Amino acid sequence: MSEIIRWTAAELGAKLAAGELSSVEATQAHLDRIAAVDGDVHAFLHVNEHALDAAAEVDRRRAAGEELGELAGVPLAIKDVLVTTDQPSTSGSRILEGYRSPFDATVVARARAAGLIGIGKTNMDEFAMGSSTEHSAYGPTHNPWDLDRIPGGSGGGSAAAVAAFEAPIALGSDTGGSIRQPAHVTGTVGIKPTYGGVSRYGAIALASSLDQVGPVSRTVLDSALLHDVIGGHDPKDSTSLPDAWPSFTAAAREGATREVLKGLKVGVIRELPDSGFQPGVASSFHAALERMQQQGAEIVEISAPHFEYGVAAYYLILPAEASSNLAKFDSVRFGLRVTPDGGGTVEDVMSLTREVGFGPEVKRRIILGTYALSAGYYDAYYGSAQKVRTLIQRDFDAAFGQVDVIATPTAPTTAFKLGERVGDPLQMYLNDLTTIPANLAGVPGISIPSGLADEDGLPVGIQFLAPAREDARLYRVGAALETLLVDAWGGPLLDRAPELAEKPVLGGTR
Amino acid sequence: MLARIQLTDDEVTQLTGQLDAIVDNIAKVSEVATPDVVATSHPIPMHNVFREDVVGQTLTTAQALQNAPDYDGDRFRVTAILGEEQ
Amino acid sequence: MSAVKLMDYDKALELFEPVLGFEVHVELNTETKMFSDAPNPANARNHDAEPNTLIAPVDLGLPGSLPVVNATAVRSSISLGLALGCSIAESCRFARKNYFYPDLGKNYQISQYDEPIAFEGSVEVELEDGTLVTIPIERAHMEEDAGKLTHMGGSTGRIQGAEYSLVDYNRAGVPLVEIVTKPIFGAEHRAPEIAKAYVATIRDIVRGLGISEARLERGNLRCDANVSLRPRGQEKLGTRTETKNVNSMRSVERAVRYEIQRQAAILAEGGTITQETRHWHEDTGTTSPGRPKSDADDYRYFPEPDLLPVQPPRELVEELRAALPEQPVARRRRLKAEWGFGDIEFQGVVNAGLLDEVEATIAAGTTADAARKWWTGEISRIANEREVDAASLVSAANVAALQQLVDAGTLTDKLARQVLEGVIAGEGSPQEVVDARGLAVVSDDGALIAAIDEALAAQPDVLAKIKDGKVQAAGAVIGAVMKAMKGQADAARVRELILERAAQ
Ligand SMILES: [Mg+2]
Ligand SMILES: [Zn+2]
Repeated sequence: MSEIIRWTAAELGAKLAAGELSSVEATQAHLDRIAAVDGDVHAFLHVNEHALDAAAEVDRRRAAGEELGELAGVPLAIKDVLVTTDQPSTSGSRILEGYRSPFDATVVARARAAGLIGIGKTNMDEFAMGSSTEHSAYGPTHNPWDLDRIPGGSGGGSAAAVAAFEAPIALGSDTGGSIRQPAHVTGTVGIKPTYGGVSRYGAIALASSLDQVGPVSRTVLDSALLHDVIGGHDPKDSTSLPDAWPSFTAAAREGATREVLKGLKVGVIRELPDSGFQPGVASSFHAALERMQQQGAEIVEISAPHFEYGVAAYYLILPAEASSNLAKFDSVRFGLRVTPDGGGTVEDVMSLTREVGFGPEVKRRIILGTYALSAGYYDAYYGSAQKVRTLIQRDFDAAFGQVDVIATPTAPTTAFKLGERVGDPLQMYLNDLTTIPANLAGVPGISIPSGLADEDGLPVGIQFLAPAREDARLYRVGAALETLLVDAWGGPLLDRAPELAEKPVLGGTR
Repeated sequence: MLARIQLTDDEVTQLTGQLDAIVDNIAKVSEVATPDVVATSHPIPMHNVFREDVVGQTLTTAQALQNAPDYDGDRFRVTAILGEEQ
Repeated sequence: MSAVKLMDYDKALELFEPVLGFEVHVELNTETKMFSDAPNPANARNHDAEPNTLIAPVDLGLPGSLPVVNATAVRSSISLGLALGCSIAESCRFARKNYFYPDLGKNYQISQYDEPIAFEGSVEVELEDGTLVTIPIERAHMEEDAGKLTHMGGSTGRIQGAEYSLVDYNRAGVPLVEIVTKPIFGAEHRAPEIAKAYVATIRDIVRGLGISEARLERGNLRCDANVSLRPRGQEKLGTRTETKNVNSMRSVERAVRYEIQRQAAILAEGGTITQETRHWHEDTGTTSPGRPKSDADDYRYFPEPDLLPVQPPRELVEELRAALPEQPVARRRRLKAEWGFGDIEFQGVVNAGLLDEVEATIAAGTTADAARKWWTGEISRIANEREVDAASLVSAANVAALQQLVDAGTLTDKLARQVLEGVIAGEGSPQEVVDARGLAVVSDDGALIAAIDEALAAQPDVLAKIKDGKVQAAGAVIGAVMKAMKGQADAARVRELILERAAQ
């Protein structure tokens, strides 16, 4: 295993800038790692055959004396929910197999412009519906900590890719926890920015009012660096915030001094008692809080009485919006077409195509959403769910009147076994309990590793939530706790992950 | 069928059971969604986001058709509609 | 199809009261589409574009694409709402109307549902005899158009019997304002006429605002006509039908009349009317049933999550209100009085759609009669011949300048027509054409007398006849003189001079 792949994006960027490493070398090292381990991990749906060309181009620009950003030349894994002109984009669905977008997602275009090297497209639950990446039409991704376990979802591919050192950083999308929950189960870092903080243009929509694109990495600083590249106003996305954002990189660097913890008020939610969490998850959470307290943070109990309605509201809003967003997959302009034997009308063709092209979870949610929006049910379901959003926002407002950030365990359990919950969608949905409120209210959330659960030795994440537009606060607090913990552990949590078996590289990329 | 998915009988049976359970669970939203609570459609309130009426870059016909399952000349092709235009 | 029974129109009106309602879709002529920056095919600049060339990702519903609202389309919609006497919403939203159809790129139409931008208005409509009718407006909302399907195979080119269909998405996303009336009562036997006048008024309003090309034959303006009948004395409304996309003023009139006669025949026999959409057939002058209203009409509207509320600033609304042109009815009344035209003359100008041109020509310094004569006469004739708009041929200023040359005696009517041709051909202003072509009237009597003497010498018998008092014989000499002068002489002056010479 090349040491290059162990370096963080910030370290790679520094070495690239110092001329100690070329982007071609950095990219090749990661391509080799993918070739060696991805047969087992299956984090990637596609490896970019143009990656080395792009890397050579960045090296050329650097040699020509061009002023390049901190991440220029650094490999980047891209969740397949984001459309790309140089690679297929499937959103994990059979219905989009081989789809080629004529335009890049804004975040992809910005990453490209900043000299990042798109190394491949990562696996995900089909159309980002799921918490385990088992609902990918292209087979599940395996958790690098235990290949029999789920990597979280929907962005299991991006999280597993960074956890398995196949890429230093990745892009994800988070509709109800799809960046944070995979971070939790893979011992990595993930941020869901404030709604509107990062452009949704080119992110294949799941639920438009909940979706946010965000960074995935092994360190808080790396996420901040990537966030600075992809964030900011985009006129192509009407819901994009026109705000000027502070430097998240600066916030993360400032946080690493730990000063931020002095007097920081950290809210813990009364309505999320320990009994709702796996014991090792709860104890890891409390241990992290204690460390923060030791550095001068104050833990304050707050109440969020409506969080318990979050999952219910979420599973009305998401399917409703998704049923409409996914109506475009109809076999007319793009994607799969399946024609019944002996032909059939357009309606027959559309119906059969969608039957064959969508997996069971997607069908389940489309039908649920169609039902939630139908005349006579709208008020009771969709309308009521939108009101729950208001109530949850009020809970957040009240809480942030008392505390600077809210902390929760990122998810109730550590990584469960592949196949364990596929047959029980309701159980799967309840997994998103802690992450969903942030999406409903639009506030930012970060998950960083808090340790390993005593009972199974698997990673646990701690989630921090901040008021809307206060993403920088999360980078400060996240980086502060991260340095505390890494110091205490004597190294990054991922150092304790089992070595993956490397298959001999037979040469070339796939 | 509104969702335009032709489900198999097995799927219908399985889905019915699952959806009942899910719907039971999510119906609880109406407990707190009282008339005095306003609905939130967008998490961060904004309004009047417009674009100037200026032509931008369009797709070429080749780009428009590049992913088409079927086309004829410069148009997409679909089988008989036998319905009626709305 | 079995023969459809129609009741005699007068008889139908005796038994039933017709209630009307209209949904008119207006395509705005903005530069770009409602939600994308692709060129708008409803703008004259983009007519005749090849299929699938005016397309941005969102028009095809491509994965990852997002809509962004066109500011000008919103302004146009507000102006139209105000012109319809509507209130403009303090806040309104877009909603998704979900249904599957291959001409719909996203399989939902972005429209407005419970929060239209304009609501509660009315518009005055003038019938041909000057009667004014007030049409109550329920709402006007913003939405996007769908693409265009062409049905192939089969014999009729219609959807029935077609083997396959082709889709062009150029029209997908064209900005529309849909204007919905309230039920219109009391139309009685004038229902068809009111229908026609209403559509004509909407056309005039949007033209006056300059927000649409408003050409029915191009689909810039599309009318769905709702008709129901109720027996005399009955309170409850009858079941209505909605006749779709009637694409000329005359067809609107005919379709309403047809539906009244058709429904009356059914009701009189104790039958019931099916609530359905119907299609108008221009060739046969009939309607045929389309799709019945059913559960499938559950459009599952919900607020469009990709777009934000529109809250027209009150200053903007007032600015647009102040900039509204005069209402068409009021304007026509004023112009007719100012110009002193009779009904027939005025209607001629109105029907030719040349009010603006005649008004501008008069403003540029001609009499009302002269302006009317040019525009409804020679210019319209050439326009018809070339199948173009009269207004596109020549400017009002040039028409006025041309008439001024006639008034000054520089041009005869005949010469003026030649100059007009030159102006239309792009040879410059009337004066420039006169100069370049050397077309001015010869007003030098010496030259005319010389030509007259020559002609008289060639036809000695004519001179004798004139001297005998047969003055009409001068005609032969006038012709010869005009020919010699290549038409550039004032025939009246030539005649005067001939008689003078003969008298000597
Ligand atoms: Mg309508
Ligand atoms: Zn409409």
